[in-house]
Amino acid sequence: MNAVWLVLILMGVAVAGARGEVGAVTEAATAAAEGAIETAFHLAGVMALWLGLARVAEEAGMMQGLARLLGPLTRRLFPSVPRDHPALGSMAMNLSANLLGLGNAATPLGLKAMQDLQSLNRGDPQTATPAMITFLVLNTSSVTLIPGTLIALRAAHGSANPGAIVVPSLVATLLSAAAGLATDALCRRLWGRE
Amino acid sequence: MDWLNAASTWAIPGMLALIPLWAHLKGVPVFTAFVRGAEEGLRVCVQILPYMVAILVALGIFRESGALGAVARAVAPVTDWLGFPPEVLPLMVIRPLSGSGSLAAVTDLIRQHGPDSFVARLGAVMQGSTDTTFYVLTVYFGSVGVRRPRYALIPGLVGDLVGFAAALWACRWFWE
Repeated sequence: MNAVWLVLILMGVAVAGARGEVGAVTEAATAAAEGAIETAFHLAGVMALWLGLARVAEEAGMMQGLARLLGPLTRRLFPSVPRDHPALGSMAMNLSANLLGLGNAATPLGLKAMQDLQSLNRGDPQTATPAMITFLVLNTSSVTLIPGTLIALRAAHGSANPGAIVVPSLVATLLSAAAGLATDALCRRLWGRE
Repeated sequence: MDWLNAASTWAIPGMLALIPLWAHLKGVPVFTAFVRGAEEGLRVCVQILPYMVAILVALGIFRESGALGAVARAVAPVTDWLGFPPEVLPLMVIRPLSGSGSLAAVTDLIRQHGPDSFVARLGAVMQGSTDTTFYVLTVYFGSVGVRRPRYALIPGLVGDLVGFAAALWACRWFWE
């Protein structure tokens, strides 16, 4: 991220300098900084709304319900994890939180799942196990039912139908997850010996 | 496509009604729970603010200086061939690296082209269907002291690339 940030700025200043329009950099930087605060200001209200609703769902036990619902799936994806091991529960909770778009709830649950998976690591504790990698593939492909932050962002900028992205996003995220899992299965077959 | 649009439009109102109703029937003090969660939402917003300023300033300089145009012209043959609009390129570069950074890139698309433009919608779908692969691997493996992630990066990045292609395809199918 440091490199990307630095390259974006240096290239911008260099190109503007070469075109003899270096003043545009000053204007762009100031306008963008002001715009960032403006955006965050609009975003704050809708973020509060979304995370408020998420908390209500959590306290009603809807997360645990989803975890139970995902049981058959998680058991199939992680054959090396024993049926009654707590890792299955914490992974299902993390995936449920991701499904609902609750990034903040998902991360702590995901880290707990990693601890549980590490307790099953019979090899070198500094080397990833295939189960850990499959779990992270599910996380990085972020299967989300409702991309709440993006809907909020679109609403904040006056979109006529902020929720319109829900179905295309779901299609794309499912294909992305399927590709990730297929690649993972292939890699596991090639290099997955524990 | 009508029922798909209806499903998209009803998703949020449905959740707004059903989650509190269900929670209330379960005996949850819905108002108190909501307020506690909302407080967390505001804290998150404050947390991402410095990242938003940092990346929006860098992207602003990159775009207004003409550097984005130069890079887009350079890679246009490849992305044209794949069918990606040049505007979403910075997002594709930043997406696997930083969640707040890529969210800022989507914000930039929305501000530049309007929330209902094709590129802004495509950006939002790309953002919503992928995740910060490098960041997640670093944090999750780091938390349990794993130093050798083995092949973990490969399926992660394949997932991102397929996600981008699928986002483009889904947006075309939906809005063109």
